[in-house]
Amino acid sequence: MRIFRFTEPLNFMRFKMPALVLSGLLVIASIATITVKGMNWGLDFTGGTVIEVGYSGGADLSQVRKVLADNGYADAVVQYFGSSEDVAIRISPREGIDQSTISNEVLRALSATSSEPIEMRRVEFVGPSVGDELKEQGGLAMLAALIGILLYVTMRFEWRLSVGAVLSLGHDVIITLGLFSLLQLEFDLTVLAAILALIGYSINDTIVVFDRIRESFRKLRDATVHETINEAVTSTLNRTVVTSLTTIIVLVVLFTMGGALIHNFAFALLFGIAIGTYSSVFVASALAVQLGISREDMLPPPPPEKEGEGTEPLL
Amino acid sequence: MLNKNPLWRYLVVLGVLLAAFLYALPNVYPEDPALNINASRGGVVSETTRAELEQAFIAANITAKSVTLTEGQLLARFSSAEDQLRAREVAERQLGSTYITALNMVPTTPAWLRAIGASPMKLGLDLRGGVHFLMAVDMKAAIDKNLNDLVQAFRADLREERIRYRAVQADLERAQVQILLRSAEDVAAARSALAKNDQELLFSDGDSEHSLVVSLSENRVKEIREYALEQNITIIRNRVNEIGVAEPLVQRQGADRIIVQLPGVQDPAQAKEILGATATLEFRLVDNDSDLGAALDGRLPAGASLYRDRNGVPYLLENRTMLTGDHITGATSGYDEYSRPQVSISLDAQGGNLLSNATRTTIGRQMATVFIEYKPGEERNEDGTPVLVKYEEVINAATIQARLGRSFRITGIDNPAEAQNLALLLRAGALIAPTQIIEERTIGPSLGKENIDLGMTAIMWGMVVVLIFMVLYYKAFGLIANVALIANLILITGFMSMIPGATLTLPGMAGIVLTVGMAVDANVLIFERIREELAEGRSVQQAIHHGYDRAFATIADSNITTLLVALILFGIGTGPVKGFAITLAIGILTSIFTSVVGTRLLVNLIWGGRRVQSLPM
Repeated sequence: MRIFRFTEPLNFMRFKMPALVLSGLLVIASIATITVKGMNWGLDFTGGTVIEVGYSGGADLSQVRKVLADNGYADAVVQYFGSSEDVAIRISPREGIDQSTISNEVLRALSATSSEPIEMRRVEFVGPSVGDELKEQGGLAMLAALIGILLYVTMRFEWRLSVGAVLSLGHDVIITLGLFSLLQLEFDLTVLAAILALIGYSINDTIVVFDRIRESFRKLRDATVHETINEAVTSTLNRTVVTSLTTIIVLVVLFTMGGALIHNFAFALLFGIAIGTYSSVFVASALAVQLGISREDMLPPPPPEKEGEGTEPLL
Repeated sequence: MLNKNPLWRYLVVLGVLLAAFLYALPNVYPEDPALNINASRGGVVSETTRAELEQAFIAANITAKSVTLTEGQLLARFSSAEDQLRAREVAERQLGSTYITALNMVPTTPAWLRAIGASPMKLGLDLRGGVHFLMAVDMKAAIDKNLNDLVQAFRADLREERIRYRAVQADLERAQVQILLRSAEDVAAARSALAKNDQELLFSDGDSEHSLVVSLSENRVKEIREYALEQNITIIRNRVNEIGVAEPLVQRQGADRIIVQLPGVQDPAQAKEILGATATLEFRLVDNDSDLGAALDGRLPAGASLYRDRNGVPYLLENRTMLTGDHITGATSGYDEYSRPQVSISLDAQGGNLLSNATRTTIGRQMATVFIEYKPGEERNEDGTPVLVKYEEVINAATIQARLGRSFRITGIDNPAEAQNLALLLRAGALIAPTQIIEERTIGPSLGKENIDLGMTAIMWGMVVVLIFMVLYYKAFGLIANVALIANLILITGFMSMIPGATLTLPGMAGIVLTVGMAVDANVLIFERIREELAEGRSVQQAIHHGYDRAFATIADSNITTLLVALILFGIGTGPVKGFAITLAIGILTSIFTSVVGTRLLVNLIWGGRRVQSLPM
């Protein structure tokens, strides 16, 4: 069985400009969304308290809201979490009190007013200083990952390819963030981990293509740059699609069966890998071409020049 | 050409797989509900306790699988959670409050696996349920206290040197002490006098005339911070032991943070109260004039109260306190000149004065140290939280040998362990920097169980779907990739169980699922390459050989970058995210091993040794 069987290389370079324009527009739209709507930062980054309680007989949200309002938590966000028996209560940070005791008070108030016993399923409290630190660390991690990859790819490949690779990585990350902003999905630590995993996956994909581009440049001596890249992308297309497919399959499993806690994690990866597959086929090499890559850049370095030629005498 | 591999390669791969399999095996065995019993402060768990407890279980009609004594703690295993809970009640009644019982789940790893050091994977709190706290130590309070102590000390020192000062005051904002004097000569004299007593002070001229500014050296500030942190860690460890948790973790994080993890604790409110409970110390004179026997009968003399030590020995102590614990600045255990255990105590300047006055006329009398602690008791408030009960205990009574000052010693202690314990209690009662919970993550026991089930289902179904896909797509070679995938899962489990610090978390399980999807990548790369080589007209054997060789460079390049990302994640991540980074990193390494080394051997074994015209892929 085989997904694609090509006799001729596909002309991917024909889509170079449309792909670059489309990607450019998507990136601009994402940045605009992020600026206008902002991210829906999760508890890990904003600080505050999240309490998840279970009502075995199904929960009455309005009742829960009323109890909370009576106890001075009128601003609490109350939602079902995963099922109609579980309720997640989110309370924004307060000033001037010991916030670590909020969860105790809320649980006490809820169990005092409920006819049936309620179950404490989860409590998370993040102090404001911790939230700021996590935000800073997360940003730094993303930056460090991108710089580390830039350095490694530059070392192993040519600079045009490495810039192409990192720009297309940035493209994947920004568009995924843009979608999270557009849909106002909660961005917490697990989503950050997903984005970093996405960086790892997407660069993996791109490098496989670039590896083949380098090989094709050395093998096909008479072909043009466009023909060479078409050849390389076509011959790796089966692998790209098969790997993306198996990864997407397991992510769909994770998304549907992994439970509410890792829903956003799976979603970020699912979307990110789709966009990453697109970018490693259409965007990364197109960027390298736009940056002016040529066969000469890809050939193994010529043998060292003859002694004394073009260099200053030592003494 | 033929593709053959030397025998030793097969043996190495088989050896690695076998080792991983053995170390992964303990995860298959179920856990026993168990009861851990530790002696509380000073108590001892002995063979007699063990036998008594076993008898008590039999009397209460509870069948314990085993009751064993190891490393000073008792472990009783049961076959059901119901037995475990009943046994806890029995044990608490039988042993009383000097022992701490904790519910636990213990692995049933067979002895032959334990002999090679194999144990199941550690589960993160999000999978086993429990409380995670991140506590911050208020370092400013520690520095402030030190500055205030300095003010007292300076005043005393200047008075002693007969240098007249206008004012000595602490500027807490700028972390310095300002001394206002009357003349330039006094400034110089004060400087040399104070510098003589303490080498770790920095002196500079103040803004106003005839003034001196003293600040703490970097070294001293570091010392204070370290001391405050260590002190808090010791205290928290002690309290955590009181909660009765089977495998608590109290660990320093960074310069001023402490991580506390209490697996299985279901009531975070109670845990918070215990961790936040305050302990204090008081020094009181022993009342020798009154009749102890009469006091025991209930006829207390005026001005005195009855106290007991942990062995129940009664003491009649004066109600007037000589000194409270907040004046203690340090307490260390050591040995005196006759190599007998002792505890050296240092006080702040005010405490030194108080004690000096109090002991002027009381040489030869006994001074008792009373440790006061608030612990949650059996009784409950209306809202279900435990009522804090005041516990007072005499931890030491020593004869005052001389007039005491800012530093003194307690000698005549029975053994070094006792001295160490006393020093620890003294420090616990003299907390100089308060802590605050700045992060809490609590997972209820049912949610933890649910998370494991969800994770396992996801891994299983992810596996099944990928296995089917690979066979459909690559036929016989797909089967080989599947063998590699299963070997991969065994390797990940084996490594996770072997590495001491590795913990499995929910994101970690997601990482395994992701690895299942990505691990086939290396094989896909190789197989696609072999197909291409065949399409270009190479012979089967050449295609296999080149396919593996050429794909290797690509696999290495593409995986090193992913590994880089995993390492960064590990470096910055906390708890669950670290778990994800660990499984991701291990998964990358094992998938390279299984595909590049493992499947090549398998392919060569099946097709490499004979002349075949085509490959079943």
